[in-house]
Amino acid sequence: MIIGQIKDGIVLDHITAGNSIRIYDILGLGDLDCTVAMIKNADSAKMGRKDIIKIFRVIDIDFAVLGYIDPGVTVNIIQDGKIVKREKLTLPERVTNIIRCKNPRCISSTEQELPQVFRLVDPEKKLYRCIYCDSDAPKDLRK
Amino acid sequence: MRNLINIMDLTPIEIEELIYIALDIIANPKKYAHVCDGKKLATLFFEPSTRTRLSFEAAMYELGGQVLGFSEAASSSAAKGESVSDTVRVVSYYADIIAMRHPKEGAPLVASMKADVPVINAGDGGHNHPTQTLADLLTIYREKGSFENLTIGLCGDLQFGRTVHSLIAAMSRYHGTKFIMISPEELKVPRYIISDIVEKKGIPYEETTSLEGAMPKLDVLYMTRVQRERFFNEADYMRLKDSYILTPDKLKTAKTSLSILHPLPRVNEIAVAVDDDPRACYFEQARNGKYMRMALITKLLEVAL
Repeated sequence: MIIGQIKDGIVLDHITAGNSIRIYDILGLGDLDCTVAMIKNADSAKMGRKDIIKIFRVIDIDFAVLGYIDPGVTVNIIQDGKIVKREKLTLPERVTNIIRCKNPRCISSTEQELPQVFRLVDPEKKLYRCIYCDSDAPKDLRK
Repeated sequence: MRNLINIMDLTPIEIEELIYIALDIIANPKKYAHVCDGKKLATLFFEPSTRTRLSFEAAMYELGGQVLGFSEAASSSAAKGESVSDTVRVVSYYADIIAMRHPKEGAPLVASMKADVPVINAGDGGHNHPTQTLADLLTIYREKGSFENLTIGLCGDLQFGRTVHSLIAAMSRYHGTKFIMISPEELKVPRYIISDIVEKKGIPYEETTSLEGAMPKLDVLYMTRVQRERFFNEADYMRLKDSYILTPDKLKTAKTSLSILHPLPRVNEIAVAVDDDPRACYFEQARNGKYMRMALITKLLEVAL
């Protein structure tokens, strides 16, 4: 099968090399019944190496989540074989229920029904903080 | 409707307004004796406190209002496992304004999201304590006449001391502020406060372990207690609790214009002999706390003055 051409769908381009599997998981692409292709370590003039994900259907993408995981990703929406929309992602101001606060003193550690909300405090450092206790987001979730 | 969760929720102009109201209350208490007639303050204290709760209650009574609430989690429905969200949702049907203290950081913010009435953070764990900062600011203002060009020494537990964090944030907005942070290595100001506030605003600061070395430079000395309840490990508490004790002897090199503040309660970090020194302001500071809480309640309830 040739995975190059998409008639209607989405191409996530410029994914940091190695991030595609995480994006695949977090966006729940494994639950789709359409074709999804993942290309790892493709050559990139700009990035050296990059990952690409091709989704053979137009779906709603959670841009906030995607922007948080990998803000360099370009989202290309394709209809009738043509790119009709190209979106550069930015870091979202807030992310909800993506990161868990690790501070045992935080109210969100005991009141489980509370949404886990982190706000962007330093775009340069990609630093997020818990809105409740101001703890930094755990670093292992960021690239 | 507004809440006070973090001292930074208030602009410097709003803080100035509160100070002017507080000064007017001090000068004309009768004028304010009935401005909150018919209003109720709920004091929801999930963690023990003496002066903050009594100060809030006295503030409301002196404004003509009434008070209801509880003073420890064991006597509230939290002991039965009720969430903060549910508690405040119900309490906001009974009261016009809520003051909440809670051991968990962020609990008053959660309360403010769920309540139909204004919520005041009366201390959330080691995180924030904005009304203490209002008391600190009124004390500094009454002592110095201004917030500008002050060298402020912060001494003791600067890691878990929420009043210290709020005071740093508040004073960082005034021209000419300089901080000298005096603590054991283990209890230094958290890095995020230094990077986000002090360094970001280009405020000069020093970190030192020597109270004696810092003393001659200070305009304000803010002493704090090493808080047993913030330690998970009793051995660490025992090792650090007597790190700094202020005595008349140590004050010999201090400026005559120094103002000594302490959020209270003290254990032994300020010798009782210092109480008679004219530079000791900490009991006046507790009184100022009541006036600022009165000013804050009138502002949040939007009562006509």
